[in-house]
Amino acid sequence: MTSAPGVTLSGKADIGARSLFSGLRLDVAPGDWTCLLGASGVGKSTVLRLIAGLETGAVFSGGIAASDGVAIENRIAYMAQSDLLFPWATALDNVTLGARLRGEKPDEDRAMALINRVGLSDHAQKKPSALSGGERQRIALARTLMEDRPLILLDEPFSALDARTRAEMQELAAELLAGRTVLLVTHDPAEAARMGHRIYVMTSAGLEEADTPPAPPIRDFDDPETLQAQGRLHRRLLGRA
Amino acid sequence: MKGWRNIGLAALLGIAIWQIVVWATGLPHFILPSPMRVATAMWKSRVIIAEHSLVTLSEVLIGIAIGAFLGMATAIQLAISPSARAVVRPILVFSQAVPVFALAPILTLWLGYGLWSKVAMAVLIIYFPVTSAFFDGLMRTPQGFLDQARIMGASSVSTMLRIRIPAALPSLGSGLRLAAVYAPIGAVIGEWVGASQGLGYLMLLANGRAKIDLMFAALIVLAIMAVILHTIVDRLASKMDQDA
Repeated sequence: MTSAPGVTLSGKADIGARSLFSGLRLDVAPGDWTCLLGASGVGKSTVLRLIAGLETGAVFSGGIAASDGVAIENRIAYMAQSDLLFPWATALDNVTLGARLRGEKPDEDRAMALINRVGLSDHAQKKPSALSGGERQRIALARTLMEDRPLILLDEPFSALDARTRAEMQELAAELLAGRTVLLVTHDPAEAARMGHRIYVMTSAGLEEADTPPAPPIRDFDDPETLQAQGRLHRRLLGRA
Repeated sequence: MKGWRNIGLAALLGIAIWQIVVWATGLPHFILPSPMRVATAMWKSRVIIAEHSLVTLSEVLIGIAIGAFLGMATAIQLAISPSARAVVRPILVFSQAVPVFALAPILTLWLGYGLWSKVAMAVLIIYFPVTSAFFDGLMRTPQGFLDQARIMGASSVSTMLRIRIPAALPSLGSGLRLAAVYAPIGAVIGEWVGASQGLGYLMLLANGRAKIDLMFAALIVLAIMAVILHTIVDRLASKMDQDA
């Protein structure tokens, strides 16, 4: 892996005649977790998809650039709320998907090592339908790590999980993605307060950077300052800051 | 096994109702022969029936193979190319407005009385359902899969082969289920219009010679053949559903 660059997105986006956001500037710091917190429909996923170079349905004008000046394309890995595992392929084949899609020979030893790291070595030959939601998201994390990209875009990957599985997945992701530049889009103030080196709150009024708790991430969910930060983020989301 | 027992019971029930109708209405055997007469005719003419069954079965299987192949190829071509969609889809829809049965005499004129006019009939009748079902499946790939492929740097060929086609297999399965039902219809219509072999031909021949029991025997063999074919294709399609 090359050293992880930062990413800056600035500009405006319109859907038809409606402005989704304007005058927005998001700095994703190199090697850190940046959380983009916002309610549904506020455009946070659009921001992530713009950086990823995916279709958004919005017309964007502005700039998206990496801090090292190299193109962002082909340096990204992506996880969504849905695990996006192929139901017809085994867990192992899902982890090696990227190589097979690019017509490269998949490195199965490395894939097995990663499946082992997410704690599912016994499940490598199972189809996704035989795995639980949390296990599927672990395999999706292994697939993301397999791509070995410096920029990781996470679009609410833990939001469909139960509280315990979510907490475990957050810890696992923080450990395994350390050192990479991560943009985590989330609607959960607790998640943002726990995970972010930097936290941005996106509302219809625009984007604001919020204070982060003093402890470095990943923070304990019962750390008083983290809980206070979570409360402040909640207020901001509600427009009562 | 339970499934087979139920099929057996259903067949017994059907035969019982048939026998009761024969007794109750007192219809002469040249209008509605009894199950026993038909069974006797089936046994007496077993060699002839087997020969003609084999012909119809070949027509149906070759028809399904060619029709499914053409349908799948068309669907993939349409899914790849927007310009092909613009040109070919209206033609496909228009072609469906023409009753395929009406083409049977023309196909017989062009391809003769042999196997190929019936194969062509079966192909025509199943081509559209297979194309349409598979094409719909190819166009409904979950957006998340396509996003993932794009971020992973997949070419459009490998996206098609490794994502869109596997994701569309359940839809192809529904198309093939329809094909298994339609193909025997196509073959028999073809045989009615002009043939010297096949179960459809045998039915007309038996009718012409007032051998109504033989006509019913041929019909039952045809029905059994269609049910077996449908069961096999259904199993295959269910396997495709599970894998996707």
